[in-house]
Amino acid sequence: MKPLSGNVTDSIGRHTVGGASSQRLLDKVFLGLSRRDYLSQFLANPVNWALSLILAIGIPLLCQRYLFGLQAISHGSQDYPWGVLLGFGLFGMVPLSASGFLLSTTVEIFQRDDFRPIERLALLNGLLGYFFAVVFLLVDLGMPWRLTYPMVVSFGPAAVLFLVAWHVATYLSVQIAEMVPAVSEWADWPGLKRFVKKLTLGLTIAGIILSTLHQGALGALFCYAPAKIHPLWIAPEFQWLHFFVSSIFAGLCMVIVVSWLVRKTMAWRCDHRFLDTLDEITLGLAKGAAMAMITYLVIKIVAIAHDQEWLLLISGWGLYYLLELGLGTLVPLIIFAYGVRHRRVTMVRWGALLAVAGIVWNRLNTVLICYNYRLHQEIPYWKELWVVLTVLSFYFIVYRFFLYRIPVLFEWRD
Amino acid sequence: MKEETRRGTTFTRRSLLKGMVAAVATAISMRPSRDSSAHDFHGYDSNRGVLVDLTRCIGCRSCEVACSQEHGLAPPDGMLENYQPLEPQYRETRRPDHQAFTVVNQYQSPLYDHPLFKKTQCNHCLEPACLTACFVNAYTKTPEGAVIYNESVCVGCRTCMVACPFSIPAFRYDSAFDAQIMKCNFCFDTRLSKGRPPACVEACPMEALTFGYRDELLKIARKRLRDLPGRYHREIYGEFEAGGTSWLYLSPVPFEEAGFDTRVPRQPILHFVKDFLAVVPMVLTIWPGLFAGIYLLAKSNKTADNTTSKEDKSDETIER
Ligand code: SF4
Ligand code: SF4
Repeated sequence: MKPLSGNVTDSIGRHTVGGASSQRLLDKVFLGLSRRDYLSQFLANPVNWALSLILAIGIPLLCQRYLFGLQAISHGSQDYPWGVLLGFGLFGMVPLSASGFLLSTTVEIFQRDDFRPIERLALLNGLLGYFFAVVFLLVDLGMPWRLTYPMVVSFGPAAVLFLVAWHVATYLSVQIAEMVPAVSEWADWPGLKRFVKKLTLGLTIAGIILSTLHQGALGALFCYAPAKIHPLWIAPEFQWLHFFVSSIFAGLCMVIVVSWLVRKTMAWRCDHRFLDTLDEITLGLAKGAAMAMITYLVIKIVAIAHDQEWLLLISGWGLYYLLELGLGTLVPLIIFAYGVRHRRVTMVRWGALLAVAGIVWNRLNTVLICYNYRLHQEIPYWKELWVVLTVLSFYFIVYRFFLYRIPVLFEWRD
Repeated sequence: MKEETRRGTTFTRRSLLKGMVAAVATAISMRPSRDSSAHDFHGYDSNRGVLVDLTRCIGCRSCEVACSQEHGLAPPDGMLENYQPLEPQYRETRRPDHQAFTVVNQYQSPLYDHPLFKKTQCNHCLEPACLTACFVNAYTKTPEGAVIYNESVCVGCRTCMVACPFSIPAFRYDSAFDAQIMKCNFCFDTRLSKGRPPACVEACPMEALTFGYRDELLKIARKRLRDLPGRYHREIYGEFEAGGTSWLYLSPVPFEEAGFDTRVPRQPILHFVKDFLAVVPMVLTIWPGLFAGIYLLAKSNKTADNTTSKEDKSDETIER
């Protein structure tokens, strides 16, 4: 993934003089390359070919879904109302996108300037994660055109999902506002940036509140099914805490993983400030994540003790539970503890990847595998998985688009 | 430097105030109204119900046919001239779905020498989980006891399907434009609202289904338990399940033998969500002050250490 590094002109990292402003903006969209060069670098990249292949099959599948209903791409199970689309797309994406509020809290509230170089990446990761969780929702909802009904048409304020809907919508706007400075640097709108900068503190605190509540609320949603989910995966008193605390290390680990990928594949786009501090920041993030992991493990054990479920641990489900907790949380925790102490950054990064997978696994277990565990198991239809892959590809494309252009990995030089 | 710091602080306090006002505004606007819907609701006196007596049911499925006619659904399949209840596809596995609001399944229990038939449909809970879980209030509990659904506001999130402890609501997955939840509505529009019993009850040739006020039905059920002690398992399913249901069942064997879910909690489902709902106002009121305090502390520490970085200063200049 190097083809860009040589050709990209300097004009994309700062404002150039001369030329009409619309022309300059277009220039920035095409990374200062001529259309021909842009196309050839696009075609030279094998990742783009893989993405095209996924979309070539995925987009027709999406059309099928919107013309013939959900049954066309999923089993349409009455017993498993939430499939992988939501299990991964909503319940998995949202904790991985907690990064925005975590890093803005660290930098803006705790005043840890040493984390500032990665703040914008965390914010972007959060914004896009939430945005695509909503996209997943739009695919999965029976009547997607009514997405805004809980906000404007009909209210069910005592429902947990009502809270989630309002909070995700509000938080999405907060995150957009938090990204405005970066975009306005890029597009050269200094007035807008100044205005939003004044709101930073308010936005950050709003972000903390909204995140605590909706990350927890996603867990509390499962309290509606106390008898359907395997008791090890549901603890009505603690469910919201489990989801909230695990979102903390999920978000931090996601930033570690994304920044790792970024450094490997688009180092040309990063400036020295970012590259030079990344190792130190990675270790710092891992430290924070490790503390959240310890808390998580403790409250998981507390929940088992509270519900007197020790005996369940020696059943098949119990072993599966221990496997999830062990591989998904305990092993990464040990890796972090060792890696931070001995400054083994690469090791920490692998640990973070494992933790990210562990969170997704946990959410899929709660939504799908351990849900209605007394009934048959639902094996997703391949088309549903392909649609998940398709939306993820869009996520990747948009993510990359922004990283290439707006000052996330580098500081705007003006 | 001193001048700058002072101004910086003024700015800080002001924006802090703004932030807190915004946060409190959010807090107030988003506070879940705790007294709405089914929160402290314990059912209507006028609540009707149906008592199902499994010892009387012969599995003829007349109720299924009547139901599909009443609601304009396709007739249940497998209905032959002389229906054979032992056919395996009618055992245990069927549930109400988008094509059938009620199903009768057959169960075989070692404790009973006849096959057992259990009719399943919406139980029209006193504190319906579907209703409390729905974020657009698509469900209504009518004073007559029916739990009805309004398809014109439903978003299709299917939380109600997750929440219903009896797994009743079903979704029409096979339509993109006419998707909706499908479930028994106690024949509310056509019958119950006029005081008449639902179609299935009228169709039953064995009087296995008795329609009436729920209070009365409980008395009838207790009388049967008293008068014919050997005939019944001594419990009424639905009296307490999920906070109590309008449909009540009597069975000759323990309920799990006849395909009932006996793990359904006795409390209404809302009970399990209350813990979280109680946390919400706490977070909304405590978090803003807490984090604003931490911010001020961190900020003042930094100025005291005189380690304000260049970046921060440039921020301040912009802020002014
Ligand atoms: S049985 Fe299920 S669908 Fe019917 S009222 Fe109760 S919770 Fe709602
Ligand atoms: S599927 Fe419809 S009725 Fe059910 S909870 Fe969602 S919006 Fe409410």
